[in-house]
Amino acid sequence: MSIRTTESRPVRVLLIALALGFMALFLVMPLAAVFTEALRKGWDAYWEALKEPDAWSAIRLTLITAAVAVPLNLVFGVAAAWAVAKFDFKGKSFLITLIDLPFSVSPVVAGLIYVLVFGAQGWLGPWLAEHDIRIVFAVPGIILATIFVTFPFIARELIPLMQAQGNDEEQAAQVLGASGWQTFWYVTLPNIKWGLIYGVILCNARAMGEFGAVSVVSGHIRGQTNTMPLHVEILYNEYQSVAAFAVASLLALLALVTLAIKSVVEWQQSREREATASLPPEKPMARAVPGHATSPV
Amino acid sequence: MTTATLPAGAAPASAARPRRRVLPGFHLTLGYTLFYLGLIVLIPLSALLFKTFTLTWPQFWEAVTGPRVMASYRLTFGASLIAALVNVVAGLLVAWVLVRYSFPGKKIVDALVDLPFALPTAVAGISLTALLAGNGWIGQYLEPLGIQLAFQPAGVVIALIFIGLPFVVRTVQPVLEDAEKELEEAAMCLGATRWQTFTKVIFPTIAPALLTGFAMAFARAVGEYGSVIFIAGNVPMVSEITPLIIIGKLEQYDYAGATAVATVMLGISFILLLVIDALQGWQRRRSGDLA
Repeated sequence: MSIRTTESRPVRVLLIALALGFMALFLVMPLAAVFTEALRKGWDAYWEALKEPDAWSAIRLTLITAAVAVPLNLVFGVAAAWAVAKFDFKGKSFLITLIDLPFSVSPVVAGLIYVLVFGAQGWLGPWLAEHDIRIVFAVPGIILATIFVTFPFIARELIPLMQAQGNDEEQAAQVLGASGWQTFWYVTLPNIKWGLIYGVILCNARAMGEFGAVSVVSGHIRGQTNTMPLHVEILYNEYQSVAAFAVASLLALLALVTLAIKSVVEWQQSREREATASLPPEKPMARAVPGHATSPV
Repeated sequence: MTTATLPAGAAPASAARPRRRVLPGFHLTLGYTLFYLGLIVLIPLSALLFKTFTLTWPQFWEAVTGPRVMASYRLTFGASLIAALVNVVAGLLVAWVLVRYSFPGKKIVDALVDLPFALPTAVAGISLTALLAGNGWIGQYLEPLGIQLAFQPAGVVIALIFIGLPFVVRTVQPVLEDAEKELEEAAMCLGATRWQTFTKVIFPTIAPALLTGFAMAFARAVGEYGSVIFIAGNVPMVSEITPLIIIGKLEQYDYAGATAVATVMLGISFILLLVIDALQGWQRRRSGDLA
């Protein structure tokens, strides 16, 4: 008699049905509702809602915000991962905790802290007013709040990956006479490429979709300081349901594209891992965790 | 805070270190990391604490324990707790099915688990509201039964279940994948039933991961704003979450009050962050012991 380490068929079918039922109810239906609500009055109404100038300026602002926030956090993420993963120093685990901090701060609190620094009654408020610089309730505040909420994404993806890969290859490159930049470009970067892409797309999804933090610092000036999620809120509160869901459907598409790229990246990573696993076990490679899966977007 | 004023690369001289580092770039990258961390995270967060310290203790206490604020804590923490508990059960079920069984479309289901990470919270909020409102796909069947979920505290719980699901699935999934089948086989050989094997062998292995996932889902739920405000109804004392209290105080230019409540929220986030760190350490040691 062989040992059975799985459940009987009826139990299996029941568990699969329960899991899929739960996901259909909580994940698939909300997603489907976005598109059906957006198309409730047909394609013409849908296009009309998207062609509106305020919708366009919201889309533009969202793209600008992500275009500034993501590269800045990318540079930070690579620098932080290099320092943390390649070297030992005192207070390293505390530094990692601090890098994680923005993940656990409520988005509303994240927005508030920038109001306290740059707002009219804030630390720099009087100085900024004197020099006629607007940060809060203007575009720079929106970008800053977005940088804060997406701060850990790329660093959090790269640190475990680079730690698992160790320093051997970089040290070999150094011994062979490569400069620091050459070592990074030709040795490290190819190794962390998939983790990097993974971090960037998750960071981008959150940057484009952030609501709470941006809502506090935006000031909600139509056509000027409204990002797409804020525009969705305004339309929704004005009972323009079709228009709200039309803009929301673009964000839902962004989410679907993000998930698709993420799946491709994970698939590539596991393929490369299998390729290295099939090599002779001369140097046992530490298993690189594909996309630190618990980072919240 | 002094770290923030250090220019990139101006960390303490390397002469103080006994041994030359092999790889370059330590001072540059660590210096930049501390500079950017200080600028974006630490200085603005310290502004919150400084603002709080300008309040006297009675002012602070009154701001954070007013009846409306207390009601919001009850709702925020109560709903987050219920949602995280539901997520532990549902997340374990989904992770189990994804790791142990095969069925058509499994890869798509696996990818879909991350939807709450990728879908902007405001979109999730209006979409869940549309589903559960009286004329929505789900709401229309519940209304004749006298059940109303939207614009009620129950709606808050539903939005938080949506937000928290991936945390539990994604922490439990890798542990289940790594769990050694030999242990289960041994248990079966020794005459354990499948249920005994699950409760006595499998469950203890995944318990730390489940607890970590629970804490992460709970921490995220406590701070959540976007998906909740559309579905909550936002009635003071009944369905008003704590982040909304902060927004409300800000809109009335009550900066001190908003800051006081925000400081309480920040303190709780920080405690939860430390708890999650400790849980993850426990989990790593646990899987290290088994390996």
